[in-house]
Amino acid sequence: MRTLRFLLRKEFLQIFRNKALLPIIFMAPVLQLIILPLAADYEVKNISIAIVDHDHSSYSRELTAKITASGYFRLSSYTATFEEAMKQIESDKADLILEIPKGFEKNLVRENKQQLFVAINAINGTKAGLGGAYLSTILASYNADLRTQLLPPARFSAAPVVEVTSSNWYNRHLNYRFFMVPGILVVLVTMVASYMCSLNIVKEKEAGTIEQINVTPIRKYHFILGKLIPFWVIGMFMFSVGLFGVGWGIYDIIPAGSIALLYGFLAVYLVALLGFGLLLSTYSETQQQAMSLAFFFMMIFMLMSGLFTPVDSMPDWSKAIANCSPVTYFIEVTRMIILKGSTFADVKYHFLAIVGFAIFFNTWAVLNYRKTN
Amino acid sequence: MKQFLAFVKKEFYHVFRDRKTVLMLFGLPIVQIVLFGFALSNEIKNTRIVVCDYARDAASQELITKMEVNRNFEVERSLMSQQQLEAAFKTGDIKMAVVFPANLNSDLQHLHKAQVQLIADASDPNTATTLTSYMNTIIASYQRDLLGDNPIPYQVVPEIRMLYNPELKGAFNFVPGVMALVLMLVCVMMTSVSIVREKEKGTMEVLLVSPFNPVFVIISKAIPYFVLSVVNLVIILLLSVYLLGMPINGNIFLLFGESALLIITAISLGLLVSNSTDSQQSAMLISIMVMMLPTMIFTGFMFPIENMPVPLQVISNVVPAKWYYIIVKAIMIKGLGFSAIWKETLILVGMNVLLLVVNIRKFKTRLA
Amino acid sequence: MDVVIKTEKLTKRYGDFIAANELTMDVYAGEIFGFLGANGAGKTTAMRMLCGLSLPSSGKATIAGYDIYKETEEIKKHIGYMSQKFSLYEDLTVRENIRFFGGIYGLPVRELKEKSEALLETLGLEKEAKTLVAALPLGWKQKLAFSVAVLHEPKIVFLDEPTGGVDPVTRRQFWDLIYAAADRGITIFVTTHYMDEAEYCNRISMMVDGVIKALDTPANLKKQYNAASMDDVFYELARGAKRKAD
Repeated sequence: MRTLRFLLRKEFLQIFRNKALLPIIFMAPVLQLIILPLAADYEVKNISIAIVDHDHSSYSRELTAKITASGYFRLSSYTATFEEAMKQIESDKADLILEIPKGFEKNLVRENKQQLFVAINAINGTKAGLGGAYLSTILASYNADLRTQLLPPARFSAAPVVEVTSSNWYNRHLNYRFFMVPGILVVLVTMVASYMCSLNIVKEKEAGTIEQINVTPIRKYHFILGKLIPFWVIGMFMFSVGLFGVGWGIYDIIPAGSIALLYGFLAVYLVALLGFGLLLSTYSETQQQAMSLAFFFMMIFMLMSGLFTPVDSMPDWSKAIANCSPVTYFIEVTRMIILKGSTFADVKYHFLAIVGFAIFFNTWAVLNYRKTN
Repeated sequence: MKQFLAFVKKEFYHVFRDRKTVLMLFGLPIVQIVLFGFALSNEIKNTRIVVCDYARDAASQELITKMEVNRNFEVERSLMSQQQLEAAFKTGDIKMAVVFPANLNSDLQHLHKAQVQLIADASDPNTATTLTSYMNTIIASYQRDLLGDNPIPYQVVPEIRMLYNPELKGAFNFVPGVMALVLMLVCVMMTSVSIVREKEKGTMEVLLVSPFNPVFVIISKAIPYFVLSVVNLVIILLLSVYLLGMPINGNIFLLFGESALLIITAISLGLLVSNSTDSQQSAMLISIMVMMLPTMIFTGFMFPIENMPVPLQVISNVVPAKWYYIIVKAIMIKGLGFSAIWKETLILVGMNVLLLVVNIRKFKTRLA
Repeated sequence: MDVVIKTEKLTKRYGDFIAANELTMDVYAGEIFGFLGANGAGKTTAMRMLCGLSLPSSGKATIAGYDIYKETEEIKKHIGYMSQKFSLYEDLTVRENIRFFGGIYGLPVRELKEKSEALLETLGLEKEAKTLVAALPLGWKQKLAFSVAVLHEPKIVFLDEPTGGVDPVTRRQFWDLIYAAADRGITIFVTTHYMDEAEYCNRISMMVDGVIKALDTPANLKKQYNAASMDDVFYELARGAKRKAD
């Protein structure tokens, strides 16, 4: 253990002496954690609508007013021709077009029915779907208003109405930040821990300093622990700064569940992650290789982790792959503990999985790492 | 010229001899296309919802049937107390609960009013919103059924047409983004590391002492990655057209031209990174840590830029990938010509010029 | 005299290629043993086996009394090592390096402190104690590296071309350190290309094409090969070598 102590001292000295690295490890993640959740928001607001009004009647103006007052839409243009509106779509100034035909008001009263034409830029399918849904809702509401206007007021509506009350648990205001911050934090810590760890080891390989270590009484496990422990500490520290400094301090995210449980998971997760970094380093001869491999896997892990898109929505084969990544489990657990206050009983399978990963990666890595060949 | 080609040849060897890196360079775009095309989606599928049916009558049955028909979720019927619901939410088993009160049907018939309660697990706001929206649609459809044969007077009916992407395929939105992301990240990372590596090893000095203009040395380093990126682009396009069904409605040469512009921008950025640091480790970390997430987010294909707070929207203007994304969408999907994208192109060219100036300045001060 | 290194037909094979072929030699305690050979002759392979860095394919050997197959960890505790490629951490200070290497060789804290101060004084590096090794001139680095390698008073210290790239004055000072260590009873196992250094050794061995072709004192070798200097001995022996440099 003495050996380990001396080894750790050396490692820490080397890491903190690297002036170029420190800002990247600490400042960049913190900055990103502050800025990115602000940007990551799926809520669909500020949809731009171009209205083509061929009718210019009081009805068409009422409709336009209703749409602009709804808060969902911004009016990008109010033109007389469809071509002009199309130009708006082409230049991305408008997301959808509502065309009100000539004689709308007159014909509605006379024929009891009128059609409105809607064209939606569907490149972003989700946005198009929601935009269409919002517009339909507004039109339906406008329609209902119109009906009340036109029909005799004394008429008792015999139509049954289903009232829907919806409540949102755990995140009453549907605040995206609550959802994104824990996830982004996990990803940042993951990137730093695994990259730095594997790069660090490969750097020694490249410089040949591992040979020097090999000749000394430093055993295999000393060396590995000496490489993992500093980054484990750094990972814990980063997570804490992110959770308390940014999450709590800036975004007012107060974990609903047990912080001890969260940290317990984090500890094991970091071990798994660092094991993975170690594993990658055993397959790399140069820093560039380590970086390429790490980047490749990190990208995949990150995309499939449920950070941006739900794991449930994936086809089965993809879900299976997602379940082979520790990141998926930890992001879910983090969100569960922070937002829902889940307890150990709720996440025990996740825990088993992460422990499994830790054992698997580290064992493989250690077996690979040969001091004497 | 011959010597320049010799340099270029050497750089190609460097790149292709490193098989693990080549794996990443070609594998990553393919993996991303497959993932984005088939696996990643914001749509809600396979979510479990629980129905607490206290009514057990015709109305609730009708509604449940409608829910079950919708392939997007799995309906489980169970009468759960508040506590049980909380527990189920906490384990992540279910994402939403629908509660039908007793006497649902009779209330509707006699009181003409009934309440249905939706409880959503809003820890994932996206899922919650979408599920709520689905439910609302189903209930609205049920309501229309209830109205039955009463013809509704004064109907305003919207006829909706989806432009460019009638099937609402997610790929249309993602693929241009993936193109931007891959080209940017790969070029910046690889170019910067390649140059810094020579600096670290000391071989840069040897090259600088040679009779060749250092500019040519740098260009020779960039060329393999340029070629690689073009090949990557071709692969991505082939995959997206044949595997994902994306169109190329516009001029393909224009597409390649604009792509070349982006690649050059990325390479210049990589050069900037390499000029700012002395170790491979830093170059890599800067490229990955500083560039990856911001590029993904500010390009605008994952999250709409208009949603972001204004200062962030301004920041997104600095990200070259954002302009490229607009350009690619315009050419590939909307089928527009240069006249529609000259502004964005100009911005990219401007960025290039700026980067070039900064790079030359930095390079000169290093040599001095 | 005590035999600190004893090898018997020590061999290292890489597939069909025999890098080191049935090496048999004895090295005595306190002697300065020069291990010479052309590039590609198998010196590095041999040395790596003796240091416990690579397992022999066949043959027997004991280093400092420990078996080369079964007791490699014990071997490591009792040897020191310094190579031209690397010895000290460039991004640590002088004192930090001393403390690190002393510590991992098991020196107790107080003894370590005393020895580091003594070392700094001997080398005249008191003022540079807090300087990063990267900032030291090469010669000082080498001397420091050697001193660190023998800080724990190992039985044998292996030196792999320790004086490469260093000016003659510094080389001389380096060899003074080596003599001092040998006087304390530390066996010096050194490889070098400088033939004048070969003269400083008690005994020399020459490897050619994986085999030990000669093993004797410099004086005897010069007599045997009718050579005026070790340079000529080397030339005689290495001339017929079939293997090119590594």
